[in-house]
Amino acid sequence: MAEAQNFPAGSTTTGSIAVAAESTVATRMSAPPSFDVADFPVPHGREEEWRFTPLERLRGLHDGTATATGGGVKVAIEAPEGVTVETVGRDDSRLGKAGIPVDRVAAQAYSSFEQASVVTVAKEAVLTEPIRIAVHGEGGVAYGHQVVELGAFAEAVVVIDHTGDAVLAANVDYVLGDGAKLTVVSVQDWDETAVHVGQHNALVGRDASFKSIVVTFGGDVVRLHPRIAYAGTGGEAELFGLYFTDRGQHQEHRLLVDHNTPHCKSNVAYKGALQGDGAHAVWIGDVLIQAAAEGTDTYEMNRNLVLTDGARVDSVPNLEIETGEIVGAGHASATGRFDDEQLFYLQSRGIPAEEARRLVVRGFFAELVQQIGLPDVEARLLDKIEAELKASV
Amino acid sequence: MATLEIRDLHVSVEADNATKEILKGVDLTVKQGETHAIMGPNGSGKSTLAYSLAGHPKYTITSGSVTLDGEDVLEMTVDERARAGLFLAMQYPVEIPGVSVSNFLRTSATAVRGEAPKLRTWVKEVKETMAGLQMDPAFAERNVNEGFSGGEKKRHEILQLELLKPKVAILDETDSGLDVDALRVVSEGVNRVRETGEVGTLLITHYTRILRYIKPDFVHVFANGRIAESGGAELADKLENEGYEAYVKGGASA
Repeated sequence: MAEAQNFPAGSTTTGSIAVAAESTVATRMSAPPSFDVADFPVPHGREEEWRFTPLERLRGLHDGTATATGGGVKVAIEAPEGVTVETVGRDDSRLGKAGIPVDRVAAQAYSSFEQASVVTVAKEAVLTEPIRIAVHGEGGVAYGHQVVELGAFAEAVVVIDHTGDAVLAANVDYVLGDGAKLTVVSVQDWDETAVHVGQHNALVGRDASFKSIVVTFGGDVVRLHPRIAYAGTGGEAELFGLYFTDRGQHQEHRLLVDHNTPHCKSNVAYKGALQGDGAHAVWIGDVLIQAAAEGTDTYEMNRNLVLTDGARVDSVPNLEIETGEIVGAGHASATGRFDDEQLFYLQSRGIPAEEARRLVVRGFFAELVQQIGLPDVEARLLDKIEAELKASV
Repeated sequence: MATLEIRDLHVSVEADNATKEILKGVDLTVKQGETHAIMGPNGSGKSTLAYSLAGHPKYTITSGSVTLDGEDVLEMTVDERARAGLFLAMQYPVEIPGVSVSNFLRTSATAVRGEAPKLRTWVKEVKETMAGLQMDPAFAERNVNEGFSGGEKKRHEILQLELLKPKVAILDETDSGLDVDALRVVSEGVNRVRETGEVGTLLITHYTRILRYIKPDFVHVFANGRIAESGGAELADKLENEGYEAYVKGGASA
């Protein structure tokens, strides 16, 4: 018996906080997944998957007019011993194994890149140092593809840093062998003019665990699409996200966890703070529990903290359940404001205004940051949050 | 000895594009160790007095003065007032998402005391004060006022009063919405602070009920934006029997 349940999003409190009408994972797609950009019509903005995105600010990534400039984005990979780093052509058989592009820009990226990089961690290799991938934009238009593949029982941490200015459409594949453990920290610390769109696919092997920390601070438009599927039973995925959306920025995170295999787990927690006129954060959390995926245990959560007037949040959690034989499934979404009354309350207890704001934002993110488990990354994020606050107050 | 002096205080608010005067010349002196009850009907301006003293941005001081030990309170920001020794226990304290009670209390105590309290003694101090207010220790890990019941909010306000040890404490309708047990617990907390003799207390209330637990030295009847009558504790008994009717009528004809 197939039974689909849709729980509409619950956003509360005042301000311009919109809750989208319920929609299903299936109806979110205006075309079936494909590697070929020609299979997707040019979006006009009213499609379910594009309706929150300011297409006019994508600089042509969505309609075929953004031509790669060559050398627009530099990628530098630093890897410890036991890791193979290769630059390969389009025909390499290891590309595209973790997932198929589901929208026009992801397909454009896949159809347009000239070279891809493939990072391979040999089976049973346990890295003590992270693999660092620096993606630096130098003002051009670029398309890219990145693969990170872990052999069985390998363990690795990958830190991807995005900096500079670019118009970039790039996809990433994470392929985890049986029992492998991969932690990925992807930091979008772009200049304020950058546009970055990408689909990040993870294919989680049997008994493997994938932990992703997506951190978005910068950019004019950042639209990321992390997607999880399982290649065998016993897989686990933890997806953490943290964003700080400033004036005029559009930061969109669209997640899909496809529970296609029995006895897998997923846990999603994304938190964002917004401040300034026209700051717009979008969070879409789709979880699909297919009929075959008995014993699934999943939870997803999105929290937003709106620090000033003029910011907008769209938060849409969505759970589709096709089997009742599961361990657990739940979701939550809430958006709250930090307002003048809260400021007054804290100040009336002797706390200066600036410290009050910092207290609230740090407290809001701390719980999430503590789950990252990488002290240098945690410290860096807290510093970055402080800097964001200072820049604006 | 700490003294709060309010002289001819006039306060107005902006409402519906019009300026409305709410306080129309309040005179009051509160000295360390004294307890003043301010009683009055709804809409008389009692809470406006409390929030104006704390510096809420909604209220505009149009004339008059407020000094604490000779220092001009009206020139101070909200947080400066608190650090100077003013404390307002609010009737409707707001929720602060993301900030735990323990973090909030420590940050606040650090700001008011001018240095971070020593961790070991601080933990003990908080624990004991919470126990005195019959608060579960788990309370400290919740977010400030988030999901608190009415009684929990008031206990949390008095917890702060006990920890921050102000020179002048303004309690805005701390008794409203409390059942008898909670009222007793909260009053005992206030009395612990009063018994130190180091705080001047301005107890704002609509009902005489709380005055059975917290004995005032002075009772002031507030009506139509000013103090209409002042007396000793016996004035509260008169209000208990006769209500505010005489003052409300007087205000209407004024």
